[in-house]
Amino acid sequence: MTPNYGWGLPVQASTFAPNIDFGIWVIHVAMFAIFILWSIFFVYLLIRYRRKPGVAADHGEGHPLKSLIPDFFVLAFEIALIAFYAIPGWSRIKMTTPPAQEANVVEMVAEQFAWDFQYPGADGKFGRRDAKFMDSANPLGLDPQDSAGRDDVVSINELHVPLGKPTVIYMTSKDVIHSFFIPEFRVKQDAVPGMRIPVWFEPTKAGTYELACAQLCGVDHSMMRGDVVVQTPKEYEAWLKSQTPQNADNPAAKPPENPANEF
Amino acid sequence: MNSNAHASRHEASFWSRYVFSLDHKVIGLQYLFTSMFFLLSGFGMIMLLRWQLAFPGHPVPLVGGLISRLLPADWAPGGVLTPQFYNQLGAMHGTIMVFLGIVPLGVGAFGNYILPLQIGAPDMAFPRLNMMSYWLYLPGGLLMLASFLLPGGAAQSGWTSYVPLSIINPGQTVWLLAMVIIITSSLLGAVNFITTTLNMRAPGMTLGRMPVFVWSELVTAVLLLLAFPPLEAASILQLMDRVAGTSFYLPTGLVVAGQALKASGGGQPILWQHLFWFLAHPEVYVLILPAMGVVAEIIANGTRKPLFGYKEIVGSMIFIGGMSFVVWAHHMFLSGMTPALGNFFLVTTMIISVPSVAVLTCLIWSLKGGSIRFTTPMLFALAFLPLFGIGGLTGLPLGLTVTDIYLHDTYYVIGHFHYVVVTGTIIALMGGTYYWFPKWFGKRLNDFWGKVHFWGTVACMNGVFFPMFIQGLAGVQRRLYDPTAQLHNLTTQPMNVVSSFSAWLLFLFQIPFLVNIFYTIFKGERCEENPWEATTLEWACASPPPHGNFDKPPRVHRGPYEYSAPGARKDWIAQNAPEAA
Repeated sequence: MTPNYGWGLPVQASTFAPNIDFGIWVIHVAMFAIFILWSIFFVYLLIRYRRKPGVAADHGEGHPLKSLIPDFFVLAFEIALIAFYAIPGWSRIKMTTPPAQEANVVEMVAEQFAWDFQYPGADGKFGRRDAKFMDSANPLGLDPQDSAGRDDVVSINELHVPLGKPTVIYMTSKDVIHSFFIPEFRVKQDAVPGMRIPVWFEPTKAGTYELACAQLCGVDHSMMRGDVVVQTPKEYEAWLKSQTPQNADNPAAKPPENPANEF
Repeated sequence: MNSNAHASRHEASFWSRYVFSLDHKVIGLQYLFTSMFFLLSGFGMIMLLRWQLAFPGHPVPLVGGLISRLLPADWAPGGVLTPQFYNQLGAMHGTIMVFLGIVPLGVGAFGNYILPLQIGAPDMAFPRLNMMSYWLYLPGGLLMLASFLLPGGAAQSGWTSYVPLSIINPGQTVWLLAMVIIITSSLLGAVNFITTTLNMRAPGMTLGRMPVFVWSELVTAVLLLLAFPPLEAASILQLMDRVAGTSFYLPTGLVVAGQALKASGGGQPILWQHLFWFLAHPEVYVLILPAMGVVAEIIANGTRKPLFGYKEIVGSMIFIGGMSFVVWAHHMFLSGMTPALGNFFLVTTMIISVPSVAVLTCLIWSLKGGSIRFTTPMLFALAFLPLFGIGGLTGLPLGLTVTDIYLHDTYYVIGHFHYVVVTGTIIALMGGTYYWFPKWFGKRLNDFWGKVHFWGTVACMNGVFFPMFIQGLAGVQRRLYDPTAQLHNLTTQPMNVVSSFSAWLLFLFQIPFLVNIFYTIFKGERCEENPWEATTLEWACASPPPHGNFDKPPRVHRGPYEYSAPGARKDWIAQNAPEAA
């Protein structure tokens, strides 16, 4: 996995990664140019106007308009960045979410210190969850009574996604705020308890990527990591089938033909 | 008459003279030494923490045995920091540096001492309130520091104290109590600064003749006055969530470590972030504006010419002050707040960068046509310009929504704000210390050791913070106890070693500074009254000034920076000199 990471930005592995990197590059080139130009001017001033015997300083205030020139350039550069880069990019990446029928949809509950994923299974429907069902065997709190959840697959700290279409993850947290961060995808979004927040990405390369927590979440914050496995659609389907749904052997999850069962 | 009243009351036992003093100068020095103590303790914490970052899991050398014996057994067994202790050090470093170190130094110490002198006032408008500010700050700060002694230790949820983590973590109750006390202290100070500046100016000291430093403190005081109350209220709400079972910030259905949390629910975690950053962004300008003021004073004096664009600098500062109230949520682009709001805060953030560029431009332009004297304070003021420039420039990719997706919560952020606050504010305030030391003690700091301190400090600070940009671009997140637990952090791990060694070396370079200060106070020789040949009013009285400051109230005849006026006998004319000599 390490070849993905080096001294600069990590490998790009999602559709919007090149878009984000473009901005990072443009800004750094501009920053570097501004800094070098200012520094040359600064050093020139220091040498040219150092104290010399018999030469008095110039009392004149100079023309104030001259100092507005750099302000003007900075403002123009920033307006261009806002109008042609930030607002279009932000609306594509964060303000819109791909429609459910075109995307692979996953639910996620973060906790100290793990990522719990729920896949809808063959029926395409997510089973109900409730905090009252949460325990170590059922970290997501799937409702054992809900037939929609009977075929739902659960994975902990390992997210499988198919290539070729966007994945949308609806995120929440059961305890504190966590932040979902996959460096190669340039994706980051906080998972907040009490909220259901979508995050999406479309991977462009098969492989295994690191999923890290970017928001201080407690003692083992630095240990809170997982793997994102990007597979071809075929491999992905095969993986899903190979997983045993959490409630598969739970008689309660069968349709309510067993009225004696009181949960 | 006010000043005479104190003077007679001030028959000065040791206690009323040095401890419970009403004199702004004594209170200023109290703030100076107290904030230096807190700055050193916050620095000590980060030097310890940086060992774990550079060499995760290895016992701390030199002090490892000591801390494992002194601290509770499960904090640093065998001299290896545990994550609990690591998180305490991180949270307390940030809190102490910002709220107990830099703000009290820039405002409490420099503002208190210099501002009344620069406007020709005998004291602050409310001397008792001034004393009370200090006497809330000191116990509030000691309470904060003492929270390490609690069972479970000090706060460990970051200086930002994001809920719900802060509500379930140990140490937070005392953090909140101490914050409420410290904020109250700042509010009293802010009222005092504003009243003093507006009402206590000497005859002839119009607003347009006030030195830039006075303007910077005035704008800062307005920011403190308007931004701190929301955080004080927010802290009290968080305190209620912890101790009184309310749920202002806790949503329904939290399950912590497998147990349902006993809370009424219905609250909203993001509310805390809004209230916190509504203070904490203006707070950034509270940290930087006085520094800009100090740099402007030193540059005008060191170039021997009037500042370029006085009106533009002052106008920019006022504009920055106003705008700083509408940029706070650029800290929250990824917090889960509706992304549409991101566009608004993106635009305001880009707008506020323009006046900051304007101030920097004017300060650089001020060098043109000067007769630059490379004195020790001038070296610090000059170093501020490019280094603060790096801090400002690197704010750009963080303020821009799209690039912030990747850089948010990485080391890039830490590098950025430390360039602003350390190589910006601290460098400027160190320069201010060299500049005004003759005013405070009538003695000049040693020049040779000042230059050693300067070059060592500037080199080491860059060594600490520049590697953080490299780490941030590689995606290394902040606040990791063990960065090597994650693959994407491994390549750039050597940068942590570079940063840490630079930090320890930086500490060594502060020793000549501290020795210089105390040696000069006790053993130094008296220098002339106005060693920098400066024009502003603080030099129109004795050094250190007597109680009541001026023998007779000064009368101001001109603007603050009358250097190198054509036809004048010498290259400076004091603001209170009757006519151009």
